[in-house]
Amino acid sequence: MSNNFLRRVDLIFDQDCNLKDILKSTYQRANDDIINELLESGLKGRGGAGFPTALKWKFTSEQADPDKYIVCNADEGEPGTFKDREILFKVPQKVFGGMAICAKVINAKEGFLYLRGEYRFLLPELEKQLDAFHKVINEIGVNFKIKIIMGSGAYICGEESALFESMEGDRGEPRNKPPYPTVSGFRKKPTVINNVETLVYSFMIFRYGARKFKELGTADSRGSKVFSISGDTPKPGIYELELGMSVEQFVDEFGDGDTKAVQVGGASGFCVPRKKFKDTIIGFEGVPTGGSMMLFNSSRSMYNVLKNYLEFFEEESCGQCTPCRVGCQQLKLGIEAVKKGERHAAYLEQLQKLAQTMKITAKCGLGQSVANSFFSIVENFKEEMIY
Amino acid sequence: MAKKINLIIDGIPVTVDEGTTILQAAKLLNIHIPTLCYHDDLCIAGNCRVCVVEMKGARTLPASCAMPVAEGMEIMTNTIKVRTARKHIIDLLLSEHNAKCTTCYKNGNCELQNLASEYKISDPMFIDLVPHKNYQMDAYSPSIIKDDSKCIRCQRCVRTCEELQHVSALGVAYKGEKMKISTFFENPMFEVVCTNCGQCVNRCPTGALIERNYIDEVWEAIYNPDKHVVVQTAPAVRVALGEDLGFEPGEIVTGKMVSALRRLGFDSVLDTDFTADLTIMEEGFELLGRLRKALVDKDTSVKLPMATSCSPGWIKFIEHTYPEYLENLSTCKSPQQMFGALAKTYYAQKRNLDPAKVVSVSIMPCTAKKFEADRPEMRSSGYKDVDYVLTTRELAIMIKQAGIEFNALAESHCDSIMGDSTGAAVIFGATGGVMEAALRTAYEVVTGREVPFDGLNITPVRGMEGVREASVKIENAAPDWKFLEGAVLKTVVAHGLTNAKKVMDAVKSGKGDWHFIEIMACPGGCIGGGGQPIPTNAEIRQKRAEAIYREDAGMKIRKSHENPEVIAIYKEFLHEPNGHKSHELLHTHYKERQRY
Repeated sequence: MSNNFLRRVDLIFDQDCNLKDILKSTYQRANDDIINELLESGLKGRGGAGFPTALKWKFTSEQADPDKYIVCNADEGEPGTFKDREILFKVPQKVFGGMAICAKVINAKEGFLYLRGEYRFLLPELEKQLDAFHKVINEIGVNFKIKIIMGSGAYICGEESALFESMEGDRGEPRNKPPYPTVSGFRKKPTVINNVETLVYSFMIFRYGARKFKELGTADSRGSKVFSISGDTPKPGIYELELGMSVEQFVDEFGDGDTKAVQVGGASGFCVPRKKFKDTIIGFEGVPTGGSMMLFNSSRSMYNVLKNYLEFFEEESCGQCTPCRVGCQQLKLGIEAVKKGERHAAYLEQLQKLAQTMKITAKCGLGQSVANSFFSIVENFKEEMIY
Repeated sequence: MAKKINLIIDGIPVTVDEGTTILQAAKLLNIHIPTLCYHDDLCIAGNCRVCVVEMKGARTLPASCAMPVAEGMEIMTNTIKVRTARKHIIDLLLSEHNAKCTTCYKNGNCELQNLASEYKISDPMFIDLVPHKNYQMDAYSPSIIKDDSKCIRCQRCVRTCEELQHVSALGVAYKGEKMKISTFFENPMFEVVCTNCGQCVNRCPTGALIERNYIDEVWEAIYNPDKHVVVQTAPAVRVALGEDLGFEPGEIVTGKMVSALRRLGFDSVLDTDFTADLTIMEEGFELLGRLRKALVDKDTSVKLPMATSCSPGWIKFIEHTYPEYLENLSTCKSPQQMFGALAKTYYAQKRNLDPAKVVSVSIMPCTAKKFEADRPEMRSSGYKDVDYVLTTRELAIMIKQAGIEFNALAESHCDSIMGDSTGAAVIFGATGGVMEAALRTAYEVVTGREVPFDGLNITPVRGMEGVREASVKIENAAPDWKFLEGAVLKTVVAHGLTNAKKVMDAVKSGKGDWHFIEIMACPGGCIGGGGQPIPTNAEIRQKRAEAIYREDAGMKIRKSHENPEVIAIYKEFLHEPNGHKSHELLHTHYKERQRY
């Protein structure tokens, strides 16, 4: 990080931005030019996995199929995140704008916004905003329509291929990959699926230019990002921050003076204990995050925190693949058994091995990421697991 | 030409077509990768993860069944990492599985058990989850028992029910720890659209789905000195039974089977093939009757095309799904039920037996036959026409229980009175067989000549294509059948209910202008029935079908109307095909059933 302090930025909530002008000027540019600008910016997907956005668009644009789609993943379900809700509430036009630019690049006529079931209250306003957006699109002579599809209230439906299944009216279960969505996504057609924040940033890059975005952040983690901050903090809420800060810097700003651990990336993310605050960067060179930041002070039992996460996963696994379905149950029952003294503390090692197997054998990101919180909490707070 | 892909598996280079999976590529190198949710007949699921392998450069272990090969790929199938992962996965499956193997019906024929043995899972590593779940067994259906405590959620049954059968009686419900295979509103199997076809049973890798077995009831009857127990065996049983008794698929074991049945203690060993021949007479004349009414009498109420009614899975499917076409079904009972009705009337009379003391048992390749025998319509003899239906698998179990060395048995023939059969009856066991047998007889009835195909083999209706059509032109018809002169009789054959749906949709849309439809619920027809030895796949079904046609070709009499016992029964008892007595005993009716 270039500077030694945590820097707040205000890119996406900036209201001074003319949708029509930006779309008009971007639509005049060649697709390669647009992809190159996006590539230059270094924007990586803000959902957590961090795939370069420009490449996703490029791969999809190269598919010969005449039917392609852009899908906005607004199924924000990770415990501790609520930033997409804020974006959809405050700047929905920019999300639509990002979808429209992507649609031009990949040549899609239709886009879909898959809205988390619990965010249904946003729907009337979003529909209104969408009407206004479609008017703008019409005025500049672009043939592109966005529809909103309501999610069904399952965490797994945020996983991109399960999301497609859900959109198609089937049970939300992940598909085998490959093929990836860029080749076979919604309705088995080439699809770009980006989360809300990624689309907003894509749009803003064409407002400010790649250079301004690239000036922020680090080599691995370019730009800024929206964080949802919760837990033991005097300042819970939504903040847009430059990437590249350490957990220590973050805690200095948002902690309550007694912070013992920060859960970066929600239940599927990593738990950073106090002793590692200084050396841990929040970003792809350290701990990546979809935006959820939960602070825990010394009043919290990390055993309860972990148990809570495992209960969440045990319930939210789609149940399709063995490592995730049964693994989640075993991890939860396992730590309970150790806590109650029904199994020896050494059983935690077995469970860690199991978590490792889940990480490498589960069918999708859900089952694979359970190990993140499990490992980081069990390793760093072992005594709390046993006594 | 498919693009060629070069890859290395366990250090051995191999070149395969693009689109091949790692699992298939490894098979070419004779490298065995364990699988559970994978099945040759079904789409790829990638659910169980037992088949994971290590892929150079990849962070995760991909499921080899679902991962297509890529140029330069390096795969390792047996590293410590792979073995540990597989062991964990098997251990996880065992932890949610009611592993009372010794008392399980599938003991010895369970894929999870085999894997646990292969990987030497001796001491369960994880906590037993079974006591934490409130499992309920669904044992109310006469055909199929579903025990969720043994289910490993591989979804083979779900894929079978949806893909092969287009029934979708089974689906996935709930998520996470509560995820289970369930039915509409969790109703018992007998209340939902389930056709009882048993294809799910045939593909379930564990004991979660099994046939309701009646072995003990049959032993009871055999050992009851008051009872006269007759047994009939379906044509598809004799080409598959051997598989459960140490023979290769495609071995014909008719003679040994008859000897074994006698040794088991049945009082009379008879043959469903006899009533298969009778079905041809009844159904053939029914079809000709319908054609005469439609063409000569210009009766517009006559329903054509006429569809076969031998397959009880298909009957239940049409009752649920196309009830408006019930009148298109032949009113003939299936051979099993014709046999049952005659066993307690004609047979009892001839043998001077009190029909109340006759117990009629059938050995079927089918689980739906158990349901069929229980239908309230099936009591035209005044008693339950067929008392107990056993699958091919149950018969194999009884033979083992009796300590009979099947291999060493001498071959013998069925008893007389309803024991004689023809090649036409034998081919009932394979898809297209009923059609072929019917054409052999109908054509000859109408023209006085043999059907104009090479040596009675009507090859267009044979094979494993899902839907097959054939037509025969009627030339030089006999005086009675002059109205058919020059007519082209159009037929179609389908097997597997997904294909049945294709045919029925064509009929519905007016595109299918056939006269006669043969539909069998199971892939391959009865040879691929839900009661046949496990496993089954395309290759095994092919071998069983070939055996069927071999058996037919070797028979002295190959046309139903030439069966001497059939001729005799019409002379002595039934008087004429499709006549009054036949209708009393051998024909039935159907009922509309709700889809939900």
